[in-house]
Amino acid sequence: MKKITTSVLGLLLGTSAAFANEELFVYNWTDYTAPELITKFEEETGISVTLDTYDSNETLLAKLQSGATGYDIVVPSHNFVEIFISEGLLQPINASTLHGAENLKPDFANPSWDKDNTYTIPWQWGTTSFTVNTDVFDGDINTYDVLFHPSEAVQGKIGMFKSADEVISIAQISLGLPLCNENPADMQKVLDLLKAQKPYVKTYNSDGILERLISGDVAVHQNWNGYSIRARDENPAMHYAFPKEGVIAWADNIAVPKGAPNYDNAIKFIEFLMEPENIAIQSNFAGYSNGISGSEAFMSEKLKTAHELSPPEGTPLVFSKTCSPEAVELQNRVWTALLQ
Amino acid sequence: MTSLRETLRSHLALIPATATITIFMVLPILIILVYSFLAPGDYGGGKPEFSTNAYQRLLFQRDLFDQMVFDPAYLKIAFRSVWIAVVSVVGCLLLGFPVAYYIACQPEERRNIFLLLITIPFWTNLLVRTYCWILVLRDTGLVNVGLMRMGLIDEPLTLLYTEGAVALGLIYTYVPFMVLPIYASLERMDRRLIEAARDLYSNRWVALRYVVIPLAMPGIIAGAILVFIPALGAFIAPDLLGGGKNLMLGSLVQLQFSSARNWPFGSALAMVIMAMVLMCLFFYARSAKKNGGGIKH
Amino acid sequence: MTQKNDIRWLPGFNWVTLFFFLFLYLPLIILVVFSFNASRSATVWSGFSLEWYVKAFANDDIQRATKNSLIIAVFATVFATTMATMAALALSRNRAVKNKSLFGGVLILPLMVPEIVTAVATLTFFSAIGLSLGLGNIIIAHSVFCIPFAYLPIRARLDGMDESLEAAARDLYSNKWDTLRLITLPLLMPGILSGAMLAFIISLDDFIITLMVAEAGSTTLPIYIYSLVRVGITPEVNAISTVLLGVSVLIVTAAYLVEKKK
Repeated sequence: MKKITTSVLGLLLGTSAAFANEELFVYNWTDYTAPELITKFEEETGISVTLDTYDSNETLLAKLQSGATGYDIVVPSHNFVEIFISEGLLQPINASTLHGAENLKPDFANPSWDKDNTYTIPWQWGTTSFTVNTDVFDGDINTYDVLFHPSEAVQGKIGMFKSADEVISIAQISLGLPLCNENPADMQKVLDLLKAQKPYVKTYNSDGILERLISGDVAVHQNWNGYSIRARDENPAMHYAFPKEGVIAWADNIAVPKGAPNYDNAIKFIEFLMEPENIAIQSNFAGYSNGISGSEAFMSEKLKTAHELSPPEGTPLVFSKTCSPEAVELQNRVWTALLQ
Repeated sequence: MTSLRETLRSHLALIPATATITIFMVLPILIILVYSFLAPGDYGGGKPEFSTNAYQRLLFQRDLFDQMVFDPAYLKIAFRSVWIAVVSVVGCLLLGFPVAYYIACQPEERRNIFLLLITIPFWTNLLVRTYCWILVLRDTGLVNVGLMRMGLIDEPLTLLYTEGAVALGLIYTYVPFMVLPIYASLERMDRRLIEAARDLYSNRWVALRYVVIPLAMPGIIAGAILVFIPALGAFIAPDLLGGGKNLMLGSLVQLQFSSARNWPFGSALAMVIMAMVLMCLFFYARSAKKNGGGIKH
Repeated sequence: MTQKNDIRWLPGFNWVTLFFFLFLYLPLIILVVFSFNASRSATVWSGFSLEWYVKAFANDDIQRATKNSLIIAVFATVFATTMATMAALALSRNRAVKNKSLFGGVLILPLMVPEIVTAVATLTFFSAIGLSLGLGNIIIAHSVFCIPFAYLPIRARLDGMDESLEAAARDLYSNKWDTLRLITLPLLMPGILSGAMLAFIISLDDFIITLMVAEAGSTTLPIYIYSLVRVGITPEVNAISTVLLGVSVLIVTAAYLVEKKK
């Protein structure tokens, strides 16, 4: 009844703007948005937020390619940002001109995937390597040999992701080959390495990593750093490796799709996220670093001291890339040949 | 004119279902058919140029050095999927038939309760239920711990991440699709038919063979179709319980539309799967016609 | 239970049925147990707690997703079962219909296409015709792939039904609609019930197609659960699943009591 009264009033006064401004549709990976963050934003702005979730960058891409779907905020990974931009799926936000832009860390202001932050600001970033149960394996964990030349203790107890590009990327780094390789001879080496490893792999699966590690089904599992913290919470013997050959890094980014129904609210949300205090809420929730300087002061003690979030000096961080169709085709052939 | 109106009238009841499927299924499939003859787009989708590459790929592959060679990779994946789907159908039938028969022989109100009992588990998401099987089957799972406590084995048996686990998962997922149609065809089974058969043959199993099974045949066929086709394209059980170490048709198609970014090849695979299934159904229909198709009253 | 002196009784079938239900319910028992787990893991036991129920009831997203799933499943079931029943009746009872096998083939077509292909195709098609009905998009997509699941049990039932009863009824009432209402439909009920139940659970569980055709604000429970990819399943999911199970048990009990009263 109240709603009807207000809408009648709104009509009489001719201010429909009040209604157009009160919503924001966020499309993000599940369990990757801190509930407290949303509540705080709603309280501060009076905008009501609806959160929907997806499972992969490809799903997001396919849905945005198919036309408007009513989302105001999406969160593509950095190696997909260029695709989204070149396909014309995002609208400029010119983040460097927004309130709070001075807080962007140097690494994430003007990143290689989005010059001048025209389309995106960083959401969370992290690394992909592997978690080792040091009760089972007590050697040097900071090398890919743990995965690809496994000692007897971990043979048959290795878990790998079920994702061609993430598995092939670390194989390439361990062999010292460039990412997104288009050279067939190099990719043959990658295939040989992965085929030699396969008998020692228990499962290729990106779900349920924590359970397999904790239950002892696997002793080594390819993993993300923030997720490895959760494994260590359950069992202190779980250590996250920073292989000296190099560690894959990634960043998920906030962007506004074309045709977003509530562009102004999306901008408000983005400015909100560039406040150190706010983005720290998200980091505390998900366990990943963010790209806003000054947020450390608001982070929990657990996160401040987590070795998972601070790669040792001298270990190169390699941001994964947007691969060419030729490189994707080669990856695809290697993956099919591996799992045929 | 009248004949057209007559035809329309007699087909009236068919129109909602067929129209819905034609508009929302056949038209989209035609789009997929078109995709299968395009070149892959750089980031998913297709490029508007005619190409039969997607179909050639099924059997021939450019090796890493761009030579066209015969490549059995996809055939192997297809045979593995068909084999597991057949095992699932047989498993579902062996388990489902006695259950459907038993339920059909119950008093009426109890029958409905049994039916509802079958559907209760499905209120829980498939992924969640499949995770529960991992708890049962893994090295530190219920079965292994139980057997070791009883002293029957010293080392855990490898149950999880095997093809057996995949078949178990598929049977678990699809067995109700077998029970319900068989039950539906047996439910008003005339007990006098069995009485007559017992008088004639005086053996329960002979009566089963010559009376009950022919009566259940429409249900068995419906159930086999309902199990076989989804099992062929399944990917949750193969990934979770099979360990994802070997691709199945379902995951292969899935891969093409996601990280492999090759929609035309995914579309071509789908067309081939559809063609295979249609052919099986066609041959079934023809042989059923020849043999008079089950019992006639 | 079936008496041994029942002429239809077959030795061992009761044990198979018992085994079948144990098999069906074993994972559920584990599921319910772990919904009371104290730790974050959905698979490693560490103590009793109601924490996850509190969390699930405070979680708006999970509730909205559950509500969406139920709404979609109910509508899709009603639409698919109605259309499937009409089609099955026409195909098995109406002699004027020609090309029966063609129509039969069309009806089970949705079964033959791998889900991801249907998903991508439907998404492309919906956006081509500019269809944007919120939950309506999902309901349409679900109704389509539920039709064969509803149709096959109904058709199987019709094929096994004795037509002489209907013939007798036509002589008695000499009205097609009365025969349908008083004889055919009641006889067909077990088939319709089986079909509707299949359609319902298929709709409730669907992920890929829903994910692709869903619009903003229409997340369903499977989407919510499946996209926990990065972090793994928490006992919160077990808790909400247990609540859903409880609801279904309530429905079954109610159905039983109603049946008994009759």
